Amino acid sequence: MSTKIKINSQIFQDSNNVYYPKDEVEVSDLIRELYKQDTPTEIIGNNSKSFIGNKTQSANTTSLSKISGIIDYRPEELYIKVKACTPINEIEKVLSENSQELAFEPIDFGYIKDGKSNKGTIAGYLSCNYAGSRRFKVGSVRDHVLGFKGVNGKGDIIKSGGTVVKNVTGYDLSKLIAGSFGTLVALTEITLKVLPKKDSSKTVIIYPNNYEQIYDLFNKLSSSSSEISGAVFIPEQSNNKEFSAKRNNVFKFNDLKSKVSFVAFRVEGDKISIEEKINNLKKELELNNSDISTLDVYQSEPFWKKINNLEVFEKTEHNLIRMVIPPANGSKLSKYLENNHNYFIDWCGSLFWIEVNSKKEEKIKDLKKMANDFGGYLTVIKTSSEYDYGESIFTVDKVRLMISEKVKQSFDPKRILNPGKMYRGV
Amino acid sequence: MSELALPKIDNSILNRKSEIVKNLSKLTDKENVLSEADELRPYETDALSVYTQTPLAVVLPENTDEVSEILKYCYNENIKVVPRGAGTGLSGGALPLQDAILLGLGKFNKILEIDYKNKCVVTQPGVTNLGITHAVQHKGFYYAPDPSSQLACSIGGNVAENSGGVHSLKYGTTTNNILGVQMVMMDGTICRFGGKSFDQEGYDLMGLICGSEGLLGVVTEVTVKILKTPDVVRAALIGFPSIKEGGDAASEIISSGIVPAGMEIMDKALIEATDNFSKAGYPRDAELLLIVELDGTESEVNELIRKVEAICKKNNCSSLKLSNSEKERLSFWAGRKAAFPACGAMAPDYYCMDGSIPRGKLAEALLEIKKLSEKYELPVANCFHAGDGNLHPLIMFDGNDKEQLRKTEEFGSEILKTCVRLGGVITGEHGVGIEKRELMCEMFNDNDIQQQLSIKKSLDEKNLLNPGKVYPILRKCAEEGRVHVHKNKDKFPDLPRF
Repeated sequence: MSTKIKINSQIFQDSNNVYYPKDEVEVSDLIRELYKQDTPTEIIGNNSKSFIGNKTQSANTTSLSKISGIIDYRPEELYIKVKACTPINEIEKVLSENSQELAFEPIDFGYIKDGKSNKGTIAGYLSCNYAGSRRFKVGSVRDHVLGFKGVNGKGDIIKSGGTVVKNVTGYDLSKLIAGSFGTLVALTEITLKVLPKKDSSKTVIIYPNNYEQIYDLFNKLSSSSSEISGAVFIPEQSNNKEFSAKRNNVFKFNDLKSKVSFVAFRVEGDKISIEEKINNLKKELELNNSDISTLDVYQSEPFWKKINNLEVFEKTEHNLIRMVIPPANGSKLSKYLENNHNYFIDWCGSLFWIEVNSKKEEKIKDLKKMANDFGGYLTVIKTSSEYDYGESIFTVDKVRLMISEKVKQSFDPKRILNPGKMYRGV
Repeated sequence: MSELALPKIDNSILNRKSEIVKNLSKLTDKENVLSEADELRPYETDALSVYTQTPLAVVLPENTDEVSEILKYCYNENIKVVPRGAGTGLSGGALPLQDAILLGLGKFNKILEIDYKNKCVVTQPGVTNLGITHAVQHKGFYYAPDPSSQLACSIGGNVAENSGGVHSLKYGTTTNNILGVQMVMMDGTICRFGGKSFDQEGYDLMGLICGSEGLLGVVTEVTVKILKTPDVVRAALIGFPSIKEGGDAASEIISSGIVPAGMEIMDKALIEATDNFSKAGYPRDAELLLIVELDGTESEVNELIRKVEAICKKNNCSSLKLSNSEKERLSFWAGRKAAFPACGAMAPDYYCMDGSIPRGKLAEALLEIKKLSEKYELPVANCFHAGDGNLHPLIMFDGNDKEQLRKTEEFGSEILKTCVRLGGVITGEHGVGIEKRELMCEMFNDNDIQQQLSIKKSLDEKNLLNPGKVYPILRKCAEEGRVHVHKNKDKFPDLPRF
C-alpha cells in the first residue's frame, strides 16, 4: 500500500483528495505523473458499482466522472460515441427519442446497493461487462462496443476499434477492456453499437411442476425459431418467509399468480409477429392445456425492469453471487439451491443470481466448486460486511491468471491502475 | 507485387534444416513432417497468391499435445512458426517465411461434440465453416458467420481473422458466435478460454485471440454457438437508376429500424460481369443493385418486406423483384456469390480490397473509387456488404505487366486511405496480414501500435509466432501518417518492434 503523494498538476482535487481530471489530456498527465512516482490509484466513475470487486491496493483515487457527454450520435449508422463517464440514463434517454436502445439491457445495480436506481456510467458498465436478460439473444456488453479511447498505465493515450461494425484492423482491444474492471486503461471515450427498439413486447408465464419441466421449457424455448428475448425462472421459496414475502411483493402483477414458482418468457417485435410467435411457442412447448398467463406490454416492461434491477435482492446485506453455467447443467444446480439459498435463474437457464447468507461464507466455496464442475464460473458481486475474503470473489485458473498478469503488464507495467481489483498481482 | 519486407532471415536456422526436420519427426508421425521441395510447394502461399515463399519445413500435427511439443521445441530453439488453416486468407496472414516452420492445422478435421442442449458444437480448428452447419442442419440449426469462402475456409482460420460474411449485420462476426477456444502459446503452454457458457469472467482473452491473425497463439479447439434456422427467409432484388438513390435507400432501410439478415450492393460493372458469368437475371439497366434478405417468422418477414418495398419505391428504384421460393432466393444470390470468378473472367488478374466505411458514405466512396479508376486507368467493379459498411472493390489488371501491378497496388492503397478518411477502417474482414501492414499507420498512431506490440511481446516475448505480419516492419507511425526512418535507425530503440 502506498501513501498519498503530491502530484504536480493543476487537476482539480476535492477535500477527500480525489482527483477529477476533466479530459483525456488531464487523465494522461495525471497517470504519467503517478507512473513516474510509482503510485497506484483507484479509478472510479460515479461510484455506482465500485462495491463490485476487491478493494484496490492504492491510496489515491481518480474520478473520471467529469469526462461526460455525448460526442456523436448517428442513429442511421447505429452508433453512439460518448465520453466514458456519460451516465447510462442520459444515453438511454437520447436513444429512446430515436426509438433505439442499448440492446444488452443494462442491469441497474443501484437497487442491490442501496435500494434505489443508479445505473452509473457507461465506462463502469463496460468495465464490468454484466449484460441483462436479453444477453443470450443479442450478446453481452462486449459485443456492443465498437471502439474506445483511454489512458494506459504509463499515461499514454491509446485507442482501438472505430465506429464501424466490421473491423479487424489490429487486435480487438475493445473485447479485452470489457470486464477488465479498470485495470488496463482509464477509459475516456466509448463507441457503442445501438439497435432499433422493438415496437412492443409480451410476456408469457408458465407455472411448472418440477425442475425437469423448467429445463425442458428452457431447452425448447432456446431451440425455437420463434425467437424469445428473455426467459427467467422465479422460484417460490416458502421455507424462507422473509424472502418469499419480498419476492411476492416485487412480482405483484394483475396477471401473475402469487406465491407459486413460475417461468416467464418475453417475445418482442411488432404486434402481429408477437401473436404469431406466442402461438407457435404454445404449440412447441405443448402449453395449450397448461395453466399459463400473459402479461401485456404494460405489465411486461416493468416486469423485466424488476428482473434487471435485481429487485428481489434489493439492499441485500448478504453475499450476492452471479453464476453462469452451460444451461444443460442448470436443473442439477436448481435442485441443490432449492433448500440452501435464495435465487433466481435468467438467460434461459444459464445465469443464476444466488444470495448466500452472510454467516455462510464457506458455502461460497461449495458453489464455486459446482460452477467449475459444471463448466462455468461465479463472481461474488456483493459481499456481506462479514466477508473475510478467505475465498476469492472471482473464479480464475492458474494458466489464465498467468496470462492475465502478462496482459496487465503490457498495459500497466507498474500496476498503477486499480491494482488488485480483480486478482492479487493484476 | 512490390518487394516485401520480411523479418531478417536467421541463417543459423537455415543451416540446421536437416537436424530440425529430424527433431520435429520425433514430435509427431514422421509422415507429418514435409521438407522436400515438391512437398512444400502447395504451402508456398495462401489466397493472396501474388506473394510466395517456401517455408523451411511443414509440420502437420494431429493433436493438441503434439502442437504443444512442437511449439515448445521451436521456442527453445528460437525457430519461427507460421500457423496455417485452410490457406484461404486474402491478406497473406499465412505466408511462409524462409526460416520458419509452417504449422498446418489441416489434420484437426473432426467435430468433437454436438451439444444441442447447450446449443453449441465443439470442433477441431481444421473443420470447414460450412462443415459445422452441415453437421447440425438436419436438426434445424446452423452456424451463423458465413464468409464467402465458407466451403473451404477452416473455423480455426475464422477465429484468427474474426471472419464475417453476408449475414454479420444481424448475426455478428466470429467473435460474437464463439463460446470458447483451446489455444497453445508459443512456449507450449496449453490454455482454455471460455467453454460452453457465456461471457467468461476476467480478461476476455478469447476476444483478444479472435482476430489476432495467428500472432498470439495456435488455436486447437473451438466451441461455437449454433442457432435455429429461421422459419422464413426471403430476398428482394432491387435496381436503382443511380448510385446515390440506391445508397440512400440502403441507409434508410437501416435507419428505419430494420435489421436485414443480409444487404448487398453491386455496381453496374459488377452487375454486368456477374450476369454475363452466371446468368442470374439481374437488371442490366440499373446503375446499382441492392439485394436485401429478411428472415424471421412469416408475418415478421412479410411486414419487413412491405417496409423495404416502400423505402425503395420512395428512392425511385427502377425494378423490384421478390423471391417466391427457396430456389429463386438462391438464384438471386448466385450472381453475387460469383462476383470474384466473374471478375476473373474479365481480366487476367483481379485484386480484392476490403475496407469498411460508415453506411451513409457509400455513394461518396463509390464516386471516389470511380475517379481513382479513371486516374489509374484500371477497371474496377464494386460489391459491398451494405448492411455493415464493408466494401470490396475488385481491381482488374494484368499481373504480367509490372507497371499495372504497381498501379494496382497504389490504387488499392488509395481506396483504403479513402475509407479511413470517410470514417472507416482499412480492413473489415480479410485481416491486415502482410497486405495492409504498412497502412496500419493510417489508422493508428505510435501509442496505439506500441500498445498492441506490447501485448504481442507479453505473450510471445521472442517474437517467433507469425512475425512480420499485421504490424509495420521498421516503421513508426506519427499523428500525420508515416515517419521517415533514416538509415534504419530508430528513435526509441527500447520499444518492442516486430
